[in-house]
Amino acid sequence: MRYEVVMPQMGESITEGTIIKWLKQIGDRVERDEPIFEISTDKVDAEIPAPQAGFLVEILVGENQTVPVNTVVAYISDEVPASAPDTQPAPAEAPAAVSAAVSAATPSATAAPSNGVTAATRIDEADVEDASETTDAFGVRSSPLVRRMAREHGIDLRQIRGTGIGGRITKHDVLAFLERRQAAASTVVAPPATPAVTPPAPPAPATPSVMPPATPAMTAPAVAAPPPAALPGDEVEVVPMTAMRKKIAERMVLSKHTSPHVTSVFEVDMTHIHRLRERNKREFEAQHGAKLTFLPFIVKSVVDTLRAWPALNASIEGDNIIYKKHYHIGIAVALDWGLIVPVIRHAEEKNLIGLARSISDLANRARAKQLKPDEVVGGTFTITNYGSFGSLIGTPIINQPQVAILGVGAVVKRPVVTEDDAIAIRHMSYLSLTFDHRLIDGAVADQFMSQLKRTLETFQATELS
Amino acid sequence: MALTTYLEAIRQALFEEMRRDPNVFCLGEDIGVYGGAFKVTAGLLEEFGPERVIDTPISEAAIVGAACGAAHLGLRPVAEMQFIDFISCAFDMLTNYAATSRYRQGLAVPIVVRGPSGAGVRGGPFHSRNPEAFFMNTPGLKMVEPATAYDAKGLLKAAIRDDDPVLYFEHKYLYRRIKEDLPETDYIVPIGKAAVRRAGTDVSIITFGAMVHVALEAAETLAREDDIQVEVLDMRSLLPYDKEAMAQTVRKTNKVIILHEATLTGGIGGEFAAFIAEELFEHLDGPIVRVASIDTPTPYSPPLEDFFLPNAGKVMAAVRRLVEY
Repeated sequence: MRYEVVMPQMGESITEGTIIKWLKQIGDRVERDEPIFEISTDKVDAEIPAPQAGFLVEILVGENQTVPVNTVVAYISDEVPASAPDTQPAPAEAPAAVSAAVSAATPSATAAPSNGVTAATRIDEADVEDASETTDAFGVRSSPLVRRMAREHGIDLRQIRGTGIGGRITKHDVLAFLERRQAAASTVVAPPATPAVTPPAPPAPATPSVMPPATPAMTAPAVAAPPPAALPGDEVEVVPMTAMRKKIAERMVLSKHTSPHVTSVFEVDMTHIHRLRERNKREFEAQHGAKLTFLPFIVKSVVDTLRAWPALNASIEGDNIIYKKHYHIGIAVALDWGLIVPVIRHAEEKNLIGLARSISDLANRARAKQLKPDEVVGGTFTITNYGSFGSLIGTPIINQPQVAILGVGAVVKRPVVTEDDAIAIRHMSYLSLTFDHRLIDGAVADQFMSQLKRTLETFQATELS
Repeated sequence: MALTTYLEAIRQALFEEMRRDPNVFCLGEDIGVYGGAFKVTAGLLEEFGPERVIDTPISEAAIVGAACGAAHLGLRPVAEMQFIDFISCAFDMLTNYAATSRYRQGLAVPIVVRGPSGAGVRGGPFHSRNPEAFFMNTPGLKMVEPATAYDAKGLLKAAIRDDDPVLYFEHKYLYRRIKEDLPETDYIVPIGKAAVRRAGTDVSIITFGAMVHVALEAAETLAREDDIQVEVLDMRSLLPYDKEAMAQTVRKTNKVIILHEATLTGGIGGEFAAFIAEELFEHLDGPIVRVASIDTPTPYSPPLEDFFLPNAGKVMAAVRRLVEY
């Protein structure tokens, strides 16, 4: 069997790498984790260990060639090549299953630490383990129900002694096993839930996920799915959740369990920004290739206001408050198949043009499934623009581990009583701030919102006429 | 309060429906003057007269054909097969005509074809049939088979009020053996809904008709002697059949026996088993087991008939094997 050796992703933003030197030649025997080639990227140079024991049978990318990450650079085979000097048979532990290509964006892909990266092969580690277990478990006699229960409860059936005919494992055997396991588990003291404090910056590289990730300690354990309450019939359709839907569900519930949510609503007069847009939008789009929507104005104002109210650009870790000195603003993007929150990194370094371009680019690539894993992590504050679908007021759910999220309602024309008691038609919008009351008190939240309102209503756009 | 037999419940349903709706009428062989071979229709002629209680020639094709025609003209005929075995003579009218009429020409055929089915009364090969499997593969037909007096009455009323052709199989073994106290008020038993006759946790027996009583007898013995708790699901309707009820009991016990009196090979237990295997595979903790009559015509000899039919002993043996599996 041949295994692909691919150019590894050496960092979140690295897209390509150059092979400097091959340390092994065709026909050489390699052990797993033994360095096989050296690469250079714009961040690091490194020796790349073999992902798999076997024989190097083919090299596709020569020295000093540069290729995108995930390009296949060589093949390792667990069969002895005809010309191999070493005639030792390949170890029997060779995985039996090759999964479909592990795309960089697979949410479940194991997070590879940036130091000590192994060259990624397109073999899913989990599949390999399952496959070997299945092989060994062939002798276990059970039933469809028992196999499902084992899957749901994470039981290795080899641990259970069957009492059915011919040693078959029955439902009762599994239930008895679960009871014993539960009894054993409840006698063990639960480990403290407080995670170790991590340095505040830079954010640790994390598992790519559809939503910005939680700290490891916050990740909910996999919960066994209970059997569906719905029955097959004419009036319901039972559809398993997609990976994204499961992730969204898990993270929404996690957030509600983690933070006491409070939502405060402010009414903001967007007439000034509306006029700025009307005056500039055609020229802006022609010149910068991005639409001038309300959103860049709001992102800019939010970042400016966050500087004055650091508690809203923070997170809680254990008994510590982590104040973020950078402003990575997440923008919720609705997809036909779910929801994703790409992050504008260092929004504080961008002007209106840069923000408009970033928003447009991230949203387009989110819909085209072309976001990179590091573009959906590390947000420090999130904005959700449900107003684009017509909603006036919402109560958004905080994107953990952040502590606040701003919801933007539709901008609509409304009669408004002005300062001088006249009635005017103004472009109005309700902005909702949902905040984590563990960290942020109502007074702080409302002062933030007051300042945000003022910033928006008197927006200074040096880039625009 | 007097107990009502299964047979009397059917008779009551006919009387009440004919009183309720002047479009309802009965036709069949010897149902009028003679009152029917089993006296199910006794007294109908006296109350409703010869125009609504029609003695027909001995031709089941003609009986069902005439019923279809009358149905097209707005009547609601209840046709009796003197023994359900003879329904095979009307097979063409039922499967090709009645079942397809609504689909072919938008004309409903609200007929009921009823008759005594089943073995156990020394009737031999021509008077003991359970014909449901012949019709199971015919979309457009409905089929019911009551196991209790309550259902016998409620299902017949539902069948008469239904706008599609309904085959109503009444088990002759139950005619005078099953009695219960019936409500005085008008009621129906909806077509397509099963009923749990006995709750249990270890094995489900999915059955209908006279076999419900065999299953219950086996279940009581097993509870007493083996501490095995059997759940008994009475399907009541065979087409359409209650998939949700079936799913519920399989999810509960994870082991299932399908019991019917018709012979095993090609019996409707195969359809039930296929549904369970397709939709509930991951809820099964053992093979789907069928218990049915052995694959021969119904023997006339009493010892052979007893050997041929399912009984509580055969059911208990199957349950014990499945529990151990």
